[in-house]
Amino acid sequence: MTVSLNRVGAMCLRHYYTMRRSWPRLVEMAYWPTMQMVIWGFLSQFLATNSTYIANAFGVLLAGVMLWDVLFRGQLGFSLSFIEELWSRNLANLYCSPLTPLEHILALIAMAFLRATIGVLPAMLLAIPFYDFSIFGLGVPLLAFFFNLLIMGCALGLMVTAMVLRFGLAAENMAWFLVFLLAPFSCVYYPIEVLPGWAQAFAMALPSTHVFEGMRAVLFDGVFRWDHFSAAVALNGGLVVIGIAIYLFSFSRARKLGLLLQVGE
Amino acid sequence: MSIVRVEDLQKHFAHVAAVDGISFAVAAGQTVALLGGNGAGKTTTISMLLGLLLPSAGRIELFGTDIARDRASVLPRMNFSSPYVDLPHRLSARENLAVFARLYGVRDVAGRIAELTRALDLGPLIDRRTGSLSAGQKTRVALAKALLNRPELLLLDEPTASLDPDTADWVRHYLEVFQRETGAAILLASHNMGEVERLADEVLMMRKGRIVDRGTPDDLIYRFGRQNLEEVFLDIARDRRVGGEAAVPS
Repeated sequence: MTVSLNRVGAMCLRHYYTMRRSWPRLVEMAYWPTMQMVIWGFLSQFLATNSTYIANAFGVLLAGVMLWDVLFRGQLGFSLSFIEELWSRNLANLYCSPLTPLEHILALIAMAFLRATIGVLPAMLLAIPFYDFSIFGLGVPLLAFFFNLLIMGCALGLMVTAMVLRFGLAAENMAWFLVFLLAPFSCVYYPIEVLPGWAQAFAMALPSTHVFEGMRAVLFDGVFRWDHFSAAVALNGGLVVIGIAIYLFSFSRARKLGLLLQVGE
Repeated sequence: MSIVRVEDLQKHFAHVAAVDGISFAVAAGQTVALLGGNGAGKTTTISMLLGLLLPSAGRIELFGTDIARDRASVLPRMNFSSPYVDLPHRLSARENLAVFARLYGVRDVAGRIAELTRALDLGPLIDRRTGSLSAGQKTRVALAKALLNRPELLLLDEPTASLDPDTADWVRHYLEVFQRETGAAILLASHNMGEVERLADEVLMMRKGRIVDRGTPDDLIYRFGRQNLEEVFLDIARDRRVGGEAAVPS
């Protein structure tokens, strides 16, 4: 199967046009990550004087908040870019054009990257004057964390879009809550040892857990844990393969049941 | 050479036969109309030709290619328009056309959009948001989208539905001009008898997923002993008998 970058670019252009025309959307993207950062930042400042855990690495909660939003915004960016085609009853137009499902997925990944960046970058920058904490101080490992969480978000987004393709907009709400089901097990704000034994096994199967464990290793000990990084990459690889398989299966079922013409508002 | 060749095409949903073993062909420069009431199987047939819906059985060849094996190579040579499908409302007409031009691999995107803007009289609305356009204006933009890649096969599902008579006539005239200039094959699904009489070289009368009669509009009117295609349509829809024989195979 060949991939046309021109068609991938066309789909990115379609979403760029939508974003360019709606400044409230851009503001909304950045609003929640910024608010989260502000609230957790003040909480961190308070705890810094009352908790040895926080005092040892002031930015651990703030970094967790910001990186968590990379995962959430990545998944949401992927899912919403797809769901927008259903809202506008455009899916049939797209899928009777030469656009292939794989090209569509690549365009959605590009949009997830853009939306996540627009969403979390202002919060990351504002944390510097607000709390004298720069997440960029993590250095190169920040890129590893960012892209691992983004890829995991896209894999989850593939699963959400597969459900939406199969069950219509009734499944749309999954885009908003699916990631939060994984939050307690991702160990965003606490080490994995806090979880009960059975939950630790599940947590270790999530790429996000390895990212946040790796983040704490950098912040507390100043070391980049290659074991967590490689585990996150391997688990993400598996998650993406499963996500693509579910999406393609769902696409095939949609063609069999005639859903591509029916799904819409 | 046939641009479209359909053999024993079937589509079943659970125990319902939406399309029940139809066969037909469309040649270059020919307009074939699928005519039938609601639920006759017209849209289902067009969806299968577009590859949006997988047939339960049968074979579809487009440009000599079995689309079950290779859909990707034929899609750039065809296009479609339907009132049941929209373009993103937040984008302007020009932006929508630019996106689809790139999807179809059009080389000179700006030039082609300018051409279609002139041809379809889109000038005053090309930079307006698609969502703010009237039904007639949206139909013209959708038609422009369907013509972006100069399709050799155009599939039109009720192209003038919800249009006022003046706009509908304008669209039909444009389709005639387009076909005369390009020699494209057109497959049209419609409820509109006047439209079918005017545009179609051959009419496939559909009922309950089957082709129950076929011929040129004049031929059908003559054989049914009627004044126009609408009367023929009513005979078929109501399963009336002509000359003591079933007009419609049941």
